[in-house]
Formats: sequence, structure tokens, C-alpha cells
Amino acid sequence: MSSPALADFLDASVRSATPLLLAALGETVAERSGVINVGIEGTIIAGCLAGLVAATVVGPNAALLAAGIAGIGIALIFVVVAIGLAADQIITGTAITMLGLGLTSTLYRVIYGDGGAALSAPTLSVIGIPLLQDIPVVGRALFRQPLPTYLAELMVPAIWYWLHRTQSGLAIRATGENPGASLASGISTRRVQTTAVLFGGMCGGLAGGTLVLAQVGTFTEGMSAGRGFVAIAIVALGRWHPVGVAMAALVFGMASALQFLFQALNLNLPYQIFLALPYLLTLLALALTRGVYRAPAALGARKAVRG
Amino acid sequence: MSAPAPRLALVGIRRQYGPVIALDAASLTVQRGEVHALLGENGAGKSTMMKIVFGLEQPDAGTIHIDGDSAHIRSPRHAMRQGISMVQQHFALVDALTVAENVALGGTARLDLDATRAHIRELSAASGLPIDPDARVRDLTVGAQQRLEIIKALSRDTTILILDEPTAVLAPQEARELLTWMRRFATNGGTVILVAHKLREVLSVADRITVLRKGRTVFTGHARDTTESSLADAMLGGPDMSSADARVIGATRAHSRQAGHSSSSAKTRDVLVLTGVGVDDAQGVQRLRDVNVTVRAGEIVGVAAVEGAGQQELLRVMAGRTTPTRGTATLPSDVGFAPEDRHRDAIVLDATITENVALKGAGRRHGIIPWSALRDATRTLMRLRDVRAGDAQAAVRTLSGGNQQKLVLGRELSGSPEALVVESPTRGLDIRATADVHAALRAARDQGTAVIVYSSDLDEVLALADRVIVVAEGHVREVAADRDTVGRAMLAPADR
Amino acid sequence: MMRIARMVLDPLLAGILSLLMLAALLVVSGYPVAESLTALWRGAFGSWSVIASGTLVRATPLLFAGLAIAVAFRAGILNIGAEGQLLIGAAAATAVAMIMPTSLGLAGALLVLLAGGLAGGAWAAVAALLRVRFGVLEVISTIMLNVIALNITGLLVRGPLQEPTRIFPQSALIDQALRLPRLIPGTRLHLGVALAVCCALGLAWFLRYTAPGFRLRMTGSNAAAAASAGGIDVRRVMFSAFVMSGALAGLGGAVEVTGVTYALYENLSPGYGYTAIAVALLARLNPASAIGAAVVFGSLEAGASAMQRDAQVPAGLVGVVEACVILMLLASEWIGAKVQGMRSLNRGGTPHDQVLEASSSPA
Repeated sequence: MSSPALADFLDASVRSATPLLLAALGETVAERSGVINVGIEGTIIAGCLAGLVAATVVGPNAALLAAGIAGIGIALIFVVVAIGLAADQIITGTAITMLGLGLTSTLYRVIYGDGGAALSAPTLSVIGIPLLQDIPVVGRALFRQPLPTYLAELMVPAIWYWLHRTQSGLAIRATGENPGASLASGISTRRVQTTAVLFGGMCGGLAGGTLVLAQVGTFTEGMSAGRGFVAIAIVALGRWHPVGVAMAALVFGMASALQFLFQALNLNLPYQIFLALPYLLTLLALALTRGVYRAPAALGARKAVRG
Repeated sequence: MSAPAPRLALVGIRRQYGPVIALDAASLTVQRGEVHALLGENGAGKSTMMKIVFGLEQPDAGTIHIDGDSAHIRSPRHAMRQGISMVQQHFALVDALTVAENVALGGTARLDLDATRAHIRELSAASGLPIDPDARVRDLTVGAQQRLEIIKALSRDTTILILDEPTAVLAPQEARELLTWMRRFATNGGTVILVAHKLREVLSVADRITVLRKGRTVFTGHARDTTESSLADAMLGGPDMSSADARVIGATRAHSRQAGHSSSSAKTRDVLVLTGVGVDDAQGVQRLRDVNVTVRAGEIVGVAAVEGAGQQELLRVMAGRTTPTRGTATLPSDVGFAPEDRHRDAIVLDATITENVALKGAGRRHGIIPWSALRDATRTLMRLRDVRAGDAQAAVRTLSGGNQQKLVLGRELSGSPEALVVESPTRGLDIRATADVHAALRAARDQGTAVIVYSSDLDEVLALADRVIVVAEGHVREVAADRDTVGRAMLAPADR
Repeated sequence: MMRIARMVLDPLLAGILSLLMLAALLVVSGYPVAESLTALWRGAFGSWSVIASGTLVRATPLLFAGLAIAVAFRAGILNIGAEGQLLIGAAAATAVAMIMPTSLGLAGALLVLLAGGLAGGAWAAVAALLRVRFGVLEVISTIMLNVIALNITGLLVRGPLQEPTRIFPQSALIDQALRLPRLIPGTRLHLGVALAVCCALGLAWFLRYTAPGFRLRMTGSNAAAAASAGGIDVRRVMFSAFVMSGALAGLGGAVEVTGVTYALYENLSPGYGYTAIAVALLARLNPASAIGAAVVFGSLEAGASAMQRDAQVPAGLVGVVEACVILMLLASEWIGAKVQGMRSLNRGGTPHDQVLEASSSPA
């Protein structure tokens, strides 16, 4: 394999992995608090549209912020129904995904006319880190990327620190494992879960913003293309741990970058196998591993102790 | 010279749940630096009183004073801020987290696990309660988990520590160490409220003792002035039952005696025989040891026990719902079972009455269900058992607790099983429904069914039983069916 | 009698509710309400041919998938894998159709459908096994199996099942003899529509009148009581219900390829498996009511294209309506529970009391 092709492959892997990692890190925090938000797809697509709209007005950097806020907005609906009204998390999440997809395609047409003309947004420029970006093969993948990639990479240790070294992170983990014990320690489980889900929504929004502002440069209906579901798989493969999630996101990113590599190398291999492979890996990992790195015990519990 | 104000005082406390009065003009006075034992039978109101002290419940009437000042304890958090902590029987620990993380949980300061670990080591050394701050809770023994609960309380500057049946889950050696620690904590100025059943244990550690009976404080005094016998007298009470329950029980007891005599003569066939039965729980702790019991046709065997003595396991073995770890259980093919937690284990609330009746034997049913015949059978059953509801098609959720229980009993007795196992059959029911349930159990007995009844209310056991067996710390033995003997047997292990 | 009335009234009410919601959304986003709704009506119920070729044909996969969801939820299983099970069913049906001798006629077509049902069931069995044997949450596993199914379909239409010219990512057309016959000539109404209705009624009968159906319902409502009081093997019941759910979705996929598309495509399903959740909830998990609920959503989707064409209203708005219906049903369930809680309060014994009882009884 020639090294330019490999460098392209690594670069594409990191690019594909970035939005996945952002969304998955947010979902990790939500799931560690005991809430599974299947509606993450809805927050991603909301971030996509908000990113595009805001970019045309205030430019790409502020637009990334707008995308995050849009994600929080969608997650807020989930919070009201699934935490406030204690409705089933899975059904609520599915509805949130449908809502996000429907709402964005409607708004897009309302704002830009029914032609849905391919509007292009100003995109985030690539930030190269001097010298490091010139390292052969890996330099470009690691040190010549747009802002969200660096953001996602910084979030990995930051979330680890949050979950494992702060009082509120401890409260999140305890609530996801045993809400009753959390409550007995004077913690408001409702508040903890709300915070975690809204953070997850923000990350989903940022993931959507990244898609539009750092990669595609425009909005198309349903462009989130199931990345919310991929994020849920990544969280499981990454064993609910930020570092594991980062590696899992890279695995999924590489799988989808393989098709570019095959094209570059003129290989006519069925890339779908490689796209499906990480999911099989995740199922296997879920079935076979036990012990510390497992799903939070109270994940998805609907009638957790209220508080 | 005036005596110092008591550390904690509860005066004239009343707490009512629906028609049930849990506490009525109850009081408790606890001094600084003492181990104060709170005694009482099941349902005497001990737990409710402690929940009020810890802010989990609010009294309907009465006042609480801390160091002489009137206090209102709104929540556990609020209680903890005033130095009150409670170690409940079911630990509130997160078993995926480490010891240090569990101690730090819910704190307000910045999380500093190194400081927490050091603090735990310090507390551990000072209190003589060994614990590894880095161990994961799920790897700890039950005894270590309890030490952790206490360390957790100490880390919050607890000065009043409530321990609810702390030795029930411990091995004898661990229990002795805990009692020693309690003594030392009190000597150093702390206050312990010990909720307990075991009289010998209480006498060995407590400075003063308060006894509750039927929601009232009936005795307060120094431990040195009491004996096991005088405490048992106070807990079990004399013939001075004053509540409405007493009238019902008195009336039905007379009935029981008559019926018992008329039926016990002919039917003496052994229906249900346990030989050398032992049951271990998931942790490998022996819940039942070498149980030998025979129940004959046409008799009611009453089971008496304090909470967690092993009666749950015994009843489930008898009902064929649990396979014994050791020994043999010879059971008839059809044993009716009315478990204590009806809503969880006996009925499907959202299904209709007919469907709940059809649930019996559903695992073996084939083909098409004859609903119209079942509906008729259900209507007959409802008439027979006096289950009051709109119709056989009404959802069970719409029935009152009493009618739900009559339905469960009716279903379990349909097809005339050879044996019926009943657990706390009248819990949460009003007087009328209680009388109906008792009548149904006696009728079953008179028709030749072997009936086994456990109730946390000793008077109910005595009112119903032809014979009484007592479960204490996993041992089972038969005793004479008089209140005093049974009550004492419940409180003392079988080896004495 | 009451039951039949509710079967019709519930979806009708929901249909009206959805229309009101749609009207509100139209007002908010500034579209002409009357014109848009007229276009919607024309597209969904304007003529017999639109009803037959549009609404009912759109409702059919929704009904199959809705039944799949309903039967799983009734057993207490959160199967959100209907989408993948449907795709696998469609793929298997197509594969079998390619090798099936055409001389078999309708019997051959039925065998093709059978293949779809079996494949969907087998696909669900993977998640069921993971749940029952390894304790893997079915939510996570079915999401992953959905994506894997999508990739398998993509692989098939570019590989083994690709049409002979090897240009388009789709399978060859299924032979005329193996296609589902049209019920009304000149429309696209096919036998599968009748089959779906039969499945719905059959499933309703199964749940209500047969012993396994009864076990399934009791297990879903209260597994502990089903096991303790009924002697039911709840794990076995859940496994079978999961497989049955997958088989229904797989059958839906097979009907779609043999009755509508006549070929396997990668994006055969525009999210039928997810809309089906709304169908099932709207039907209160009652299979017979699901017929009406599927027609409601089928008409919304059929009408949406007409609305987009004639009144320039984005079709995505229908997705918003569907989502709002689900969220409102969830909220109404909560309100219902509150009312129930207050009733039990009046009967003596507070909910708090019950909580205490529950928390004091060891697990």
C-alpha cells in the first residue's frame, strides 16, 4: 500500500469518526446517568440545519455553537417526556428522531423554498499544527483537521475527568447504577439525568454542525443518515468509557473510510461487509464481556426511584 | 442543677397510613453518649418511628426536639445536616463504585478522592472498622458493606446513628465486633439508636431501652433494670389489647378453637413433609437449616417469625416455588400460594378478573381457552368468595385490596388443592376484609386442605393456627400455641 | 360491541387529532391550511383508485410492522428492530423468488412469503437469544441488527442478487408468476393487503383466545406473577414472542417486494419499522385496532406527496405529525396513570404506602 493512499485513508477515518465521536461522547454521559436516548439522531439532524442557517448569517465558528444549542433544544423535549413524565425512554427517543428528521426537512423548505436548492454554507477551515502536520502518514490525520476534530479529541479526557474526578460526575455514575442509593445520598436523580441528557443533546448538535460545517458544506434531508444509531453502537463497543468510546469511534470511522481506500486502490471489494463488521463486533463484545465495563445497571429503567 | 436536654426527644408522635395507625402517642428520649435500643414486635411501629427521625416520613402529630430545640426534619439530607444518619437493612450502596466513591457520593465539596481515601483510613483506624477504600462494593462481604455504611455515616460527622436490625445479616463474629464498636462510639460521646429483635444482644450492649407495642411506647428504662423475660412481657403485652383488631381476633379465635376441635379428629393424613431441608441464598448464606416439618390434611399450621428469620424461604419451599438446596420436600402436585406481595407475585393488575383466575395453571394450558366457561366459573368464584366488583370482566386494578386478596385466595383454592400456603394474608386490609379472609382460610381447613399461614402479626397467627411453628435464625421448631411461648421462641435462637 | 366500537373510534379520533395537529403546524409555518388539507385528502381518499393504490398499499407494510411491534410490546419486549427484520424478510423473499420454479404458481408465491417470514423471525431470534442468554438489552442489539440488515441488503443488490446488467443497485424483477395477484384490476391493490388484515385479525384472535397468546399477554403485563402464579416459563414465552414479532415484520418485507416493488432495493423501506411504533401505540397495542391506525398513517403518507405536489407543503411535516402523535400518547398515558393514582388514594392506602411496601420487601 502506498503511503499517500494510507495517509488519505487515515485522514478520511478521522474525518468520518469526528461527528460519530462527538455524538457518542454525549450519549456516553447520558447513558452513564441511566438514560438511553435513541433520539440522538434527531439532535444531530437539528444540529445540521441550525449549523447551515447560522453559518449563512454569523459564519461557521459561531454556527457550530448554534448547532450545539439546537441539539439541546431537541433533547429538552426528550427530557420533558422521558424524565419529566417518566415515559418509556425508547419510544420517546424514537419519536424524537422522527420529530428531528421531519422538522428539519420542513423548516429547510420553509426557509429556503420548496426547491430545496442546494445551498452551500461557509465551512470551517482546516487548522494545521506547524511541523506536526508534516509527519509522514499520520501527520495529516492527527494534526491537520478542522476545529471540531480537536474539540472531540479534547472532550475525551475532559469527559473522563468529569465522570471520574468530579462530584457531579460521581453523581451521574451513581444514578446510572443505583438511583435509589443516589437519592438516599441526597442527590436529585432527576436533575442529574436532565443535565446528562442535555449535554448529550449538545454533543449531538455539535456532531450535526460538524457534518455541515466541516465536511459537506450544505444540508440535505436526512443527512444524519443513521449516525445517531451508530453513536449508540459506539458507546456499547466502547464499554461506556470515554477512551473506549474514542477507539470505537475510530473503528467505525475506519470502516466507513475503507470505501475510499478501496476506490483509491482500485479494489472491487464489497465495502458493506466492512461497514457491517463493527456492528457485529459490538454485538459480540456485548454478548461476551462481563465485569466492570458493562452497561450501567439502571440503563433505560423507567420506574427508577423518582427524585 | 438542671439535667442537660436530651440529645433527641420525640413526644406524642402519631402516624397513620389510610386506616392503619402505625404510631399513636409514641415517645422516645435518647441521651447523648448512650446506646438506646428500640424494641417491639413486627408492626409495632419501630421502622415508622425511625423513618420519622431520619426525615423519610413526616409525623401527623407530635413534636421532635434536638438538644432541647424543637426541630422539623424535612428530608434525609436535612437529617444528615443535623448529624443524624441511618443504616437501613437494605444498604443504599452503589455496588459498581469503589468504597471511596460511595463515601464521597452526595458531598457538597469538590471531589478529592485522595482526601476521601485518607479520611476513610483515618475513620477506619479510629473506629476500628477495617475497610479498603479502593475495593469495589460488589466485591465486599455483607459485613464489610455494613462497615462501609457506618463509615459513610461517620464521614458526615454523624452524632446520632440509627442502626436498623444491623446484626440480622451478619455472621456471629461480625455481630460481636459491631456491638463492641457501638459501645465504643457511645463512650466517645456518640449516640446510637439500635432497632433490634434479639433480646440477648440488646441487653449486652444497650444503656437504655424503649419498647413499642401497637404504635405506643409501653416501656422506657435502663437496661440494667430489665431481664429478657421482662422485656418480652413488655413487647408481647398482656390481655390488654384495645384496638378494633383485638375484637375481631378475639371473636375469630373462639371460632377457631371450636372448628379446630371438630375437624382435627378424623383427618390426619400427612400432606406436606419437609425432611432435612436447607436453603442457601444467592450469596451462599444459609437461610434455612435442617428443617423438618409435617403438615397434615385439615389443619392450619401457623408460622411465626421476626423479619428475615427465614420464613420467606420456608413458605416458598412449601409452595413449591423454591427448590431446597439440601434435603427433600414432599409436596402434593397442587399447592395453592398467596404470596405477601400480591401486586408483584400474584395478580396482573391490568388484566381482567377472569384472566387472573385463568392464570392458575396457564403454563400447562393448551389450545383455545374456553373464556365463556371461565367467565361463568369466575362469576361463581366471585359469588362464593364474596369478591365485590362490577363484573368478571373488570380490571383487577379497579378492585379494593380486600377484594383482590379474596380473589387470590379463591383462585388458589379453586380445584381444591391439597395444600395452601399463605403469606401475610391480611396485610393492608380493613377489619371486614380481614374477617372474610380468615373465614375463607378456616373453611379451606375444614374441607381437608392443609393450610400454612405466616403473618407478621403474631395475634393473627395465633388466631388462625391449630399448631404453631416458629422460624428463628433459619431453625424451625414447633411450640405450644400460646402467645407468650411463641413470642419468646421468635426472639430466641432455637439452640436455647 | 364496545370493543369493536373502540377499534374504529380510536384510530378515527387519532386521525382527527393528527389532522388538527397538521393544521396547526401548517398555520405556524405559513402554508394555506384549507388548500393543503384538500390536497392531502385528494391524495389519500380522493378517489377509489387513490384509496386502493395509494393509502391501502402504503398502509400494508405499516400494518405488518405495526403488528410486529405490538406483539413484542405486549410480551414486554422493546423490539425496535422491525426495520431490519422487514429488510431481511424482503431480501430472503427476493432470493428465494430468484430460484423458485415459476411453474408452482400461487403456491410458489406463498413459499416466497414464507421464506420472508422465516428470515425475519430468524433475524429477531439473534436479538432474542442475546437478550435471554446474555442479557444484552434488546434496544441496543436491534438497533445494530437494523444497520447490519441494511448493509446486507446493500451487499446483495450489488452482488449476488444484482440485476443482470449489473448497472443498478437492485435485484432483477421477480417473475410475474411469483408476484402477489392484484385484488382490483387497474389498481395496485394486491393480495398482501388482505393478508395483512388477516394477520391482524388472526393475531388478535391468537392473543385473546389461545393459551400461548394468553401466556404472552400475562408475561408482558407482569412477568413475576406469570411465573409465580401461572407457572409460566417466561423466558421461553419472551423468546417466542420476539421471533414471532420478527416473522411478522419479515412477512411485511416479503409482501412489499412481491406485491409492490417486484425487486429488492437498498432503500426499500422509508422507515416503516419506525413509523410502525406510532401505529402500534396508536392502536394501544391491539392488533385489530392496528388496521385502522395503519390506514391513518398510510393515508397521511400517501396524502403527503399530493400535498407537496399541489400545495408545496413539505412531506416531512407528516413525520412531525407522527412524532407528535407518539409524544402525545405517551403524555396521555402519564395523565391516565395520575388519575388512577388519585383513585387508589381515595380508596385508602396512599401510593407512598405502596412504595414503602414494595421497597421493604426483599427482591
